[in-house]
Amino acid sequence: MSEPLIELQNITFSYPGAPRPVFQDFNFQLLPGKHLGLIGPNGCGKTTLLHLIMGLLRPQAGRIVIFGQAVSKEKDFVAVRQKVGLLFQNADDQLFCPTVLEDVAFGPLNQGKSPAAAMQIARETMERLGLKGFEDRVTYNLSGGEKKLVSLAAVLAMQPRLLLLDEPTTGLDAETKHRLVHFLQDLDIGYMIVSHEDAFLHHTVGEYYHVHEHCCQLV
Amino acid sequence: MSAIHEPFSEGVSLAHRLDPRGKVVVAALFAVLMAVARTYAAVLAGLALALLCLALARLPLKKVASRLLTVNSFIFFLWFILPLTYPGEAVWRFGPLTASRQGLLFTGLITLKSNAIVIALIALVATAPVVTLGQALQKLRVPGKLCHLLLFTYRYLYVFEQEYRRLVQAMKIRGFQPRTNLHTYRTYAYLAAMLLVRSHDRADRVFQAMLCRGFHGTFYSLRTFSWQRRDGIWGIASLLALMTLFYLEWLTPGLLVRI
Repeated sequence: MSEPLIELQNITFSYPGAPRPVFQDFNFQLLPGKHLGLIGPNGCGKTTLLHLIMGLLRPQAGRIVIFGQAVSKEKDFVAVRQKVGLLFQNADDQLFCPTVLEDVAFGPLNQGKSPAAAMQIARETMERLGLKGFEDRVTYNLSGGEKKLVSLAAVLAMQPRLLLLDEPTTGLDAETKHRLVHFLQDLDIGYMIVSHEDAFLHHTVGEYYHVHEHCCQLV
Repeated sequence: MSAIHEPFSEGVSLAHRLDPRGKVVVAALFAVLMAVARTYAAVLAGLALALLCLALARLPLKKVASRLLTVNSFIFFLWFILPLTYPGEAVWRFGPLTASRQGLLFTGLITLKSNAIVIALIALVATAPVVTLGQALQKLRVPGKLCHLLLFTYRYLYVFEQEYRRLVQAMKIRGFQPRTNLHTYRTYAYLAAMLLVRSHDRADRVFQAMLCRGFHGTFYSLRTFSWQRRDGIWGIASLLALMTLFYLEWLTPGLLVRI
């Protein structure tokens, strides 16, 4: 069996002031090449799980191993974020540059690419997502669907090895959802999707997991 | 609902095409010089220079006038207070109130100064979009934190405005009407508090999203500025003009009035 991309071992996490922990001795594995769907009621910890993987939240106990490396400090997670892309639930949280091109190029620039190279990557990524001609559009004037696609382009421009998507379909119309499904089906990297939408998951993932306090249960 | 308008930033005039770095430097020097000037000679010359820049920028005069009106509505109050409180030779008495000649001259000077500075800023700084301005400041080695503050304030002002409108709508659809009572005050306090909490949350999420995309404290810009011949010529001309102002102010005392 190949080494898991992500492994969470005996994780305990609770939000400050919360009466009970979200995760208690929680274990989870993501194997390479898998396309997972995470489901469960609101507040069961789906988003928390993604944020723990990205190091935006830190567990009170337990071990996180990503690409075979144990990660615990901010420095470790900086490296993780170069290889794992997270698409936020709310695109408005993610888009903060004035123009679309600048936003998509933000990640590559942070990776140390030259402006010309970053611009090139940004343009190519946008073209893959059918966003050609959006370069100089102002991010806050985009429609909800366009915002979602631009923020996806922004994540993919960093050329991640793994993609985490947090409710990617909320507020999208059928047409944009359709585009997203096709895009994900053609994607050559592993991904994990948090969603409440069965139809969308049905087309995009191979396995469903129900997120519980102690583990993720295969449905 | 609309994004923040920058009506002066669009245009093709000379002032729009100049390198924003040069414009920012000249505008800053000019503003400082005007702010400390104390002679009518320097201030009047400064006002003339500012008007010249405004002419170069070819902006819609109506909009410029409405901005100046805002500034002057503040100065308007100075005309009530300063002449009456500034010590000096009395020129006008009304009961216990005395207006001094020095006070009137001083207020006039402040009025001219403020207008000169605002006109120059409109002509030189407002003719570049805020974003370009932020990037120009970054290139000028202004501390990164200040540049980020400017860019983020600008970017999220709109988001907060939307958030505010959403909250106000939520209040309205449930029949809220502002009155002079405790309920109204409490509701407004909730509104302000909620806006604060939501803004804070959003700021957190934005920062997280930036971390996820490899942000580590430095902004890289896609924009490259090019310093051209016209920028050089303009820069030298501006420097000469500023030096003339300096000469008028410090080397010729009492040319017109020195207070």
